[in-house]
Amino acid sequence: MKAKTILLVSGAFLVLTVALFLTRKVSAQAPTPSDDQVNAIASQLFCPVCENTPLDVCPTTACHQWRELIRQMLAEGKSPAAIKQYFVDYYGARVLSEPPVTGINWLVYTVPPVAFIAGATLLFMAFRTWRKMGKEPAAGTASSPPASNDGSSPGTGSGNVLDDQYVARIEEELKKRK
Amino acid sequence: MTQEPTNVAAPKRGVPLWVQILVWIGLLGLLGLLAAGLLKAKNPIIAVRSSVPDFTVPLFSGYEYNTASEVKLSELKGKVVLVNFWASWCQPCRTEAADLESAWQSYAEKGQVVFLGVDYVDTEPEARSYMTDFNISYPNGPDMGTRISQIFNRNLGVPETYVIDQEGILRFIQIGPFQSVAEIQSVIDPLLAGR
Repeated sequence: MKAKTILLVSGAFLVLTVALFLTRKVSAQAPTPSDDQVNAIASQLFCPVCENTPLDVCPTTACHQWRELIRQMLAEGKSPAAIKQYFVDYYGARVLSEPPVTGINWLVYTVPPVAFIAGATLLFMAFRTWRKMGKEPAAGTASSPPASNDGSSPGTGSGNVLDDQYVARIEEELKKRK
Repeated sequence: MTQEPTNVAAPKRGVPLWVQILVWIGLLGLLGLLAAGLLKAKNPIIAVRSSVPDFTVPLFSGYEYNTASEVKLSELKGKVVLVNFWASWCQPCRTEAADLESAWQSYAEKGQVVFLGVDYVDTEPEARSYMTDFNISYPNGPDMGTRISQIFNRNLGVPETYVIDQEGILRFIQIGPFQSVAEIQSVIDPLLAGR
């Protein structure tokens, strides 16, 4: 009788130990990645079948399968970079929302800033030219001294060379006519 | 005393000529790239009766070609090759899957025809369960990097099937599913007969 009781207690203890071990094993498993975790990666990918629709909001079966694959890979402990690389290897670089800077793709990154800088430079030059054009008549009027009647050289020392030349030519013509 | 008129150069205005030329060259280059991209998207790369560029299909385990884990189109010269693009998420693909397998069974023994399934933008577990569902036995593999579909310039969707003759010339394009085994055979048999 005593031996039977010991056997029963030992059996119960064994069952309890196994149950505890299994419970620990289950709780040690990684939790299923949430939709937010999956979508954080999915939002950086595009399925080639549904162009222009990011993977995180795409309703098709193909995209659902892709999201489940991301979830599975996250559960396996793969990093977001490794998951993205897997999709690039499997489906091509066009699945990335940001194309890699290789081949003709570099134009995507260089043309916009170059166009912006070129446009800003052109605008700056145009504004400078317009400002100069706006100032020129006023400056010319202010700096041109009236031509003297005694035939002496007018405008010497003035800043407006063109006006001086013009006056000089008139004087020359007048002299020739005398 | 009068001052001699002097030649004074007119003040330079506007953008230098070399900058203008560079800007125009750049703009024309960009327009050229855009036009090339649009033309490429519009026109099929391979037309019927043109030579098909070589490509390699890595094959799923269990769906090898004569135990080889990948198959190259150029290695299949002398055989009629049927390239079928499919995906597990594609419903119309399911309507032709059984017919393709039946047609394959009718040619497999003689070895004059090779069926190649190319799994387009799919995930492997679902692809495998699709192939199991339809008892598919001919060589199948993923379209890695969508490189094979880009050769054929597929833009319309799956399923699509391309039949290549013994000389590597594209002879037939099927957009959408085949409706029967007889329809598939009606494409392949004339090529086997040398027509």
